[in-house]
Amino acid sequence: MNNRVATHLNASDFHLQHDAFGQAVLTLPDGAQHVGVHAVRGFPISDPQRGIALCTAEGRELVWVDDLAQLPPAVRSAVEAELAQSEFLPKIQRILSISMQTDPSEWNVETDRGQTKFLLKSKDDVRRLDQDRALITDAHGVRYLIADATALDRTSRRILERYL
Amino acid sequence: MPPVWQASLSAQLAGDESLLGWFETDLDSQLHYAPGLVALTNKRMLAYCPQKQALAVTPAAASPSKLNGHLSQWQSWPLAADLKLHAIDQAAVGTLELCDATSRLASWRYTAARSAFARRLESQCAAIQSQRGKLSTEVVVLPTVCPSCGAIITSSDGICAACAPVAPPAPVSSLFRLFAFAKPRALMVVLGLLLTFAGTAASLVPLYLTMPLINNVLVPRFNGQAVSVQLACWYLVGLFGSAVLAWLLNWGRLYVTSWVSERIASDLRTRTYAHLQCLSLEFFGGKRTGDLMSRISNDTDRICVFLSVSLVDFISDSVMIVMAAAVLIYTSPMLALCTLVTFPIIVWLVYGVRRRLRHGFDQSTVATAHLNNVLADTIPGIRVVKAFAQEQREIERFDRANAHLVSINDGVNIVWSFFGPIISFLTELGLLAVWAFSVWLIFHDQITLGVISLFTGAIGRFYARLESMLRIVYTTQRAAASSHRIFEILDRVPSVPEPVNPVHPARLQGRIELRGVRFKYGTREVLHGINLQIEPGEMIGLVGPTGAGKSTLINLICRFFDVAEGAILVDGVDIRSYPVAEYRKHIGLVLQDPFLFYGTIAENIAYGRPNASQAEIVAAARAARAHEFILQLPDGYDSLVGERGQSLSGGERQRISIARAILIDPRILILDEATSSVDTETEREIQIALDNLIRGRTTIAIAHRLSTLRKADRLVVVERGRIAEIGKHAELLREEGAYARLHKAQMELVQGIGV
Repeated sequence: MNNRVATHLNASDFHLQHDAFGQAVLTLPDGAQHVGVHAVRGFPISDPQRGIALCTAEGRELVWVDDLAQLPPAVRSAVEAELAQSEFLPKIQRILSISMQTDPSEWNVETDRGQTKFLLKSKDDVRRLDQDRALITDAHGVRYLIADATALDRTSRRILERYL
Repeated sequence: MPPVWQASLSAQLAGDESLLGWFETDLDSQLHYAPGLVALTNKRMLAYCPQKQALAVTPAAASPSKLNGHLSQWQSWPLAADLKLHAIDQAAVGTLELCDATSRLASWRYTAARSAFARRLESQCAAIQSQRGKLSTEVVVLPTVCPSCGAIITSSDGICAACAPVAPPAPVSSLFRLFAFAKPRALMVVLGLLLTFAGTAASLVPLYLTMPLINNVLVPRFNGQAVSVQLACWYLVGLFGSAVLAWLLNWGRLYVTSWVSERIASDLRTRTYAHLQCLSLEFFGGKRTGDLMSRISNDTDRICVFLSVSLVDFISDSVMIVMAAAVLIYTSPMLALCTLVTFPIIVWLVYGVRRRLRHGFDQSTVATAHLNNVLADTIPGIRVVKAFAQEQREIERFDRANAHLVSINDGVNIVWSFFGPIISFLTELGLLAVWAFSVWLIFHDQITLGVISLFTGAIGRFYARLESMLRIVYTTQRAAASSHRIFEILDRVPSVPEPVNPVHPARLQGRIELRGVRFKYGTREVLHGINLQIEPGEMIGLVGPTGAGKSTLINLICRFFDVAEGAILVDGVDIRSYPVAEYRKHIGLVLQDPFLFYGTIAENIAYGRPNASQAEIVAAARAARAHEFILQLPDGYDSLVGERGQSLSGGERQRISIARAILIDPRILILDEATSSVDTETEREIQIALDNLIRGRTTIAIAHRLSTLRKADRLVVVERGRIAEIGKHAELLREEGAYARLHKAQMELVQGIGV
């Protein structure tokens, strides 16, 4: 593949469907088709709605989307569906309890995807994004988002204060 | 011309002779310190030898003359056409030789500090010899440049104004300099002082009230007189009221003073860090990371505690002592005199302790910083420690630093433990003296019981305050040592000075010229006169063996150091005329080992231009062939990298640093290629990234890769601080000189011949 020309294609020029095996198929304006493409957010934390890339299974970039909002609705929902498939970022709604005051500690939380427990290895794994948001990475690399620390109940906030 | 030589030199000159140049030597032929002089006139070469024997002189050429009846040590050589002066620099000493066509006539030695002047005389002599036909007495005098900071020396005694050592200030005076930081908060400071006075006065009231309480209530009642209970109640209420008042005032005082001192310490930290950022690389090479970090965090902490706790206590204690003394003297002067008799002795003792403790605390601070240095050294290098299985040795090294710290603290504690209890002993003696005298006075019916109770109560407080004041001696010494270390940084002048009349660079074209550039690291001369001209957009590859001076050249172009002699001009203007920060904004630097800060990849790429848009960052990453691997990371451009973040491979970090350079779109690019090899796929990516980077910019690359060498417009071979060859790759190979040798060795390495 020697064609290294920038693949910054116009937003409306491609199509995204699913084939019989449930794999995403990207159709480029020149007719070329790629099976098994992934959608990747370039700036998942700071700007999730802008800068989306569609890459092959090996990781080569095929299409770059500057802004999701500029895509035609059909393509947009297809891309968003593809993103939703590969992303797993539970939003913590309530921290029920933590096992110990010191790290490592086991957290019992309620998320928008249900209740779960995870092991937090150290303070460094709680990453403060900005004033009220935080990202927690557990021992297995699964990440949990705290979208708005002020919206949590008092117990949760008190537990979180030690880490932020 | 230094006055000490003027008289004797003018005595040597003939009537029509005029002095054209001179050079003061400071060593004799045995390399002992002795002053001497070499002078150049329009007729001859004169020299004063600091020894009785002439040094290395052909007897026929010298003509010693008599002066004042003593055999003068002046020698002279007539200025023949083939006479030449030659200055040679070795590590710390140099030699100035006078030669003619056949032999060396004389030589003089000097220390490295004088080498610039020796070279000046050398060039003056060369200029005269070449102008023989014109016979003008005007000689081109090159400006003398300071060897360590590169500034032009204007004073005739050869001392550079910029790097003249600052006289070290008296130790405690650094504490007084803290006042400058307190000035912006003067109002709160005054409020704190007022509260201190009021609080101290309020706490003295109960003490004073005990006197009338005893004399007017308790003693009469004891003696059987009738006393109104109401009076007693009033006294008690007064006692309670003043205790409450004292509590409130002290609360206010503590709050205000800790507020002020917290801010002073914060200002100190910020100023020190800001100043640290201005200092040149030379400063960071000398000091070690642990020491600098310790200064900014620990030393400022100590100063903050000193200001908020110790200093405030000291002030309130002194106020208390003065007020208590006033009360005592007012009540009974004779008894007060007796009370205060031990005071001068204690003060004298404190003074002796102070000196001894100061020395100990300085040592203690240095030992603590040394301990931190050991940590700062071994923890980042833990991979090397483990690879060479030297853990035990490192533990022992830390142990030694630790033991040293303990022994120094022991010394300090010995002095302190001796002096501390002596103070208590003396206060007991003082108390005993008071009791004895008051017994005598009671026997002579001169004082009342109330007065005795006042005095014994006051003495308790008096001497207790004295003891706490002595504790302050301890902390003052530590704080003085800490503030001295902070001001050492603040007093340091950056050795890459800002120009007095700055020329602001517009969009630079990128024409670089190096004229006669010389540079020294300490006493070792690394570059011996480099002359090079680079056109805009040209790519220059620097090659040469290690230690040849390639990295030094790059540091000079980036103006991390200033040249010792000669000049570097960019677009025809000496880079020393550009403001440092503005000049460096036009230079992109890609280093061998790219350092990434603890932050997101987007922040690292946009480090040179923090306001860059997302699209610009992505474009720069694309051009650097980093975009795709960044997308593979879990957080994409928001992934945290750096010391505590995601660890990236060498090739990935290289490409991020290339993206960083691409984003600022510099006209001049400096590339210090990594010597480590990566896999061919990554290598290809990096090649393409570099191509994108170099396009259209004036590039100076320390090249190792053959592909880079072939691409270069010209190759400059640097050997032992000089340019050996310049030319294109093919031409140099044909010449079969230094470059051909290097190239052959490189090829053999790549092809694995001999393995």
